[in-house]
Amino acid sequence: MPPAHAVPLNWYLILSAILFCLGIAGFLYRRNIITVFMSIELMLNAVNLTFITFSYKWKAVDGHIFSFFVMVVAAAEAAVGLAIILTVFKNRKSLEIDEISSMKY
Amino acid sequence: MDTVLFLVFALIALLCGINLVVQTHPISSALSLIGVMAALAVLYLLLGAEFLAAAQMIVYAGAIMVLFIFVIMLLNAGAERVTKTRQLVKLAGVPLMAVFLGIIAFIIQALLPKSQLVWFGGFPGGGPRDIGIPLFTNYLLPFEVTSVLILIAILGAIVLARKEID
Repeated sequence: MPPAHAVPLNWYLILSAILFCLGIAGFLYRRNIITVFMSIELMLNAVNLTFITFSYKWKAVDGHIFSFFVMVVAAAEAAVGLAIILTVFKNRKSLEIDEISSMKY
Repeated sequence: MDTVLFLVFALIALLCGINLVVQTHPISSALSLIGVMAALAVLYLLLGAEFLAAAQMIVYAGAIMVLFIFVIMLLNAGAERVTKTRQLVKLAGVPLMAVFLGIIAFIIQALLPKSQLVWFGGFPGGGPRDIGIPLFTNYLLPFEVTSVLILIAILGAIVLARKEID
């Protein structure tokens, strides 16, 4: 039986949705390439929270394993992405994404 | 007790998340992101995911964020310049985001029964043993593929970031 002070499951999912939207906002608004990259990490974290919440709902451990894989992929992504940022900075001397737009044309 | 813990740490996560988006200096954003990750680790503990709470602190807040801060320091990244954003973006961005969030929240409320509750200790299967056994039986192939992925990422990072040899 749930104790009296239990939290509704929906609150966790809504918190996760809010964090994901903040990640989208940061991704679209910010102009610094490192901050944009950190917004992506925020979105990944929000998705992890959703995975773990549904894992709790179904009383199955698979969601934990999925979010473990998300963490591993995020680590690989951070390593490669930051190496790309280093290379871009070496060539352009700038971190503004507006100035790194030559692939658009 | 559960409600108080959830509200306190959800509030910390939210404030740090807003701070991440609002701050112009990358170091402030990185520190806010560490705050979000630490608060989320506590929420994972409340959901019964002990192993992932530890992994969150060690892998995310420890390794990945140190990498970020290291790169910010290395590139000596300052506050971003104020550039003119289009008026449409300024006016429509926040309301559109609020509408999107409202739709998601409505769908969550509509689809899931409100009687579903979360309490500490309601899901005991989140320890290292409970995660390790399915990870090395059912999910063995994805696990091995991730190790190859990590290897490729290491090689890629070295190739991208090394100095050009003339």
